[in-house]
Amino acid sequence: MKTILLLAATVAFGTGVALAASGDPERARILDGYAAQAKASDFTGFSAERGRSLYLGPHAGGKVADTPACASCHTRDPVGTGRHYKTGRDILPMAVSANPKRFTDPAEVEKRFERDCVNVLGRACTAREKGDFITFLSNQ
Amino acid sequence: MTSDPNFRALTGIAAFAMLALTAGAAIASEFERVRPVTHAATQKECGECHMAFQPGLLPAVSWTRIMDGLQDHFGENASLPADTAAAIRSYLTQTAGSGDGRLIRITEQRWWLRKHDFEPSIWSRKTVKAKSNCEACHRTAAQGLYEDD
Ligand code: HEC
Repeated sequence: MKTILLLAATVAFGTGVALAASGDPERARILDGYAAQAKASDFTGFSAERGRSLYLGPHAGGKVADTPACASCHTRDPVGTGRHYKTGRDILPMAVSANPKRFTDPAEVEKRFERDCVNVLGRACTAREKGDFITFLSNQ
Repeated sequence: MTSDPNFRALTGIAAFAMLALTAGAAIASEFERVRPVTHAATQKECGECHMAFQPGLLPAVSWTRIMDGLQDHFGENASLPADTAAAIRSYLTQTAGSGDGRLIRITEQRWWLRKHDFEPSIWSRKTVKAKSNCEACHRTAAQGLYEDD
């Protein structure tokens, strides 16, 4: 437990994740997990700026041509209610400020990354991209 | 002979049954009822992207094919963890309805087409967006109540 806390503190301190991690312990744990995975490469911390680019796109090569960005369903304003591009179904806001339950269920988070990244990017998201994405939306 | 009380009772019952039948038909044409979704995982997972369609709207063969093809679900990757998918598959197939098992779209089933025989322009209305958006017109569709209008 101590080591996890220490790790979380180090990551948060060094990289400005502090804000993101401060909200919900479960969300902090999810971010720490991605940080640990990302560490293997040249990881120097998550970036809200990179997260914004991932969110807004536009990307090419996705499985679904009609959704070149995460914003295609989650809308360009993450504080607002999203809308599924095809079915019109409402999607609750992605910004943690507007929807504090965001990114607190690890299985749900992984399931949606697995799926949405393929549809938008044509490939799985990396651990760094997942952390960037959550960091961006935690600061919104 | 015709005044036999047994016979009179029988004709009475028959008449009552006829009445009940016609009344039932009249109600059904105003309000089609389909057993609502009662399985939490089905409600949650299907319901993230569209209304969780009631299992009775497709035959088991169609549900099986849908669950076999989640990686390419009408053009989208909609894959689920294996255990979740298995639970949903068994709920859908065990409570399925009837229809044409060669078709996986509810909106291509013959009964559906018969009931939605109107101008194609309706589907491109902003509030409707897709044929699969039952709730745009049937406000209580999610509870399995489809009013005719
Ligand atoms: C086709 C529409 C669509 C697109 C495009 C899309 N998403 Fe989603 N996303 C959804 C839906 C629907 C949900 C589930 C409903 C909800 O969580 O409110 C969801 C949920 C999520 C969640 C879960 C959040 C949580 O709190 O558990 C993550 C993570 C996510 N999306 C990431 C992404 C990323 C990253 C992209 C872009 C690469 C993206 N999405 C693009 C529709 C979409």
